[in-house]
Amino acid sequence: MVKLPIYMDNHATTPLDPRVLETMLPYFTDRFGNAASRNHKFGWEAEEAVEQGRKQVAALIGADPREIVFTSGATESDNLAVKGAAWMYREKGDHIITCVTEHKAILDTCKHLEKDGFRVTFLPVDNKGFVDLDDLRNAITDKTILISIMTANNEVGVIQDIKSIGKLARERGVLFHTDAVQAVGKIPFNVNEMNVDIASVSAHKFYGPKGVGALYVRRRNPRVLLTPIIDGGGHERGMRSGTLNVPSIVGFGKAAEIARESLSQESAEMFRLREKLRKTLERELDELYINGDLEKRLPGNLNMSFAYVEGESLLMGINDIAVSSGSACTSASLEPSYVLKALGVGEDLAHTSIRFGIGRFNTDEEVDYVAGRVIEVVRRLRELSPLYEMAKEGIDLKSVHWATEA
Amino acid sequence: MAYSDKVIHHYNNTRIVGAIPKEDPNVGTGLVGAPECGDVMKLQIKVNEQSGVIEDAKFKTFGCGSAIASSSLATEWVKGKTLAEALTIKNTDIVKELSLPPVKIHCSVLAEDAIKAAISDWKKKH
Repeated sequence: MVKLPIYMDNHATTPLDPRVLETMLPYFTDRFGNAASRNHKFGWEAEEAVEQGRKQVAALIGADPREIVFTSGATESDNLAVKGAAWMYREKGDHIITCVTEHKAILDTCKHLEKDGFRVTFLPVDNKGFVDLDDLRNAITDKTILISIMTANNEVGVIQDIKSIGKLARERGVLFHTDAVQAVGKIPFNVNEMNVDIASVSAHKFYGPKGVGALYVRRRNPRVLLTPIIDGGGHERGMRSGTLNVPSIVGFGKAAEIARESLSQESAEMFRLREKLRKTLERELDELYINGDLEKRLPGNLNMSFAYVEGESLLMGINDIAVSSGSACTSASLEPSYVLKALGVGEDLAHTSIRFGIGRFNTDEEVDYVAGRVIEVVRRLRELSPLYEMAKEGIDLKSVHWATEA
Repeated sequence: MAYSDKVIHHYNNTRIVGAIPKEDPNVGTGLVGAPECGDVMKLQIKVNEQSGVIEDAKFKTFGCGSAIASSSLATEWVKGKTLAEALTIKNTDIVKELSLPPVKIHCSVLAEDAIKAAISDWKKKH
């Protein structure tokens, strides 16, 4: 019997790996020192732990430890990358290129910079979720100082061609930042092979603690400088002041080490479970639509629309399973997912989308249980759905004149 | 979002779900909302021509739990009422009964609209 509730929302966050917790614990008690204390054992111990964490995080992404700046998480990393580069290089240019399916931490930061006088190009994506390289090439001007394109999308899991984007950016002498938060620890990611200059990473997306992240900032070819967004004691090469969160950095490092060692095997296992879930659902239910490309996608991601069944009502029926929906009803803004909209998914289907995020601790039994429950509830809600009834009667829902007041 | 017990009850006990033949001259069908908005309700009433009483009512709803509960409750309420009585059901009554939060008030509005649409469809036939 599976233990309920089942957690299958691993894009939102992941549970802390017990091995990670174990390494963190001493740094809450005996080894509580400030890593910036230079003249006693407590400080040295803390500094050593931080440097160990830095090496482990660097190793996961193929970087030099000196290129890692610790932050409070992905949102801060994204802010520091984009605002930091914009302000540092504003003499050189005022133009930034990003894309419409980025996380809000990038989109809202770019909108903020627009108010500060920068110009931002938000590139569209195709119906699979990809940025077109020619669009990007055409958008670059001699005033372009930064390109920021995410590695893997948090909703649909689509993986951009980062290597080619990085190559293009380098040829044109433009800095390239990638929000690699969903990718790192899940798929191979190497800053040198992928021509990345700046990259955002978060610990809690791969079984580390919340509240800690990193920004990779290239030191050579090219050397990247960033204007800090937090001023103070000049920690982290002056790019991010503030006393370092030692226990979390220790945990971040351990999580990175585990991810590096188990990545290829774990990635294959996520893929196997994801495909099992997808195939079971597709065998038992009609009118399912995969959102985003199925091939170039995070192995644990399945984003699917269950036509004629509103997402929130589906979540309500499977309340012993934690997943998320792109339905408007589940979002704070009451708008359906902007990512799905950017992919050209109609609002009717966006309302019926569910995101499954399979992670390290999910099992075959859990996947079977989830598939069974989803099938049962979708069938029940379709019996309840006037749209399903109309579709089965052969009525083209697009041709119906809907009495919308708003 | 946490649902009220009554919303959960209606979501789990949809006994009055279904369809009545819409060609029946004594049946009025109301279809309100739009798929793009995430809510579509279909409410049907079967009216006794002599007494003007709603003898049977069924619904089907595409929408969130609150939308399903609102239409389920509206359907329950109109049953046994005269058309005039059914028209006095207000969305605020539904909000109160189901303890709907402010973001879900539109579900109750849609349910009230569904009642009116069903009645007006019946009237068109008579």
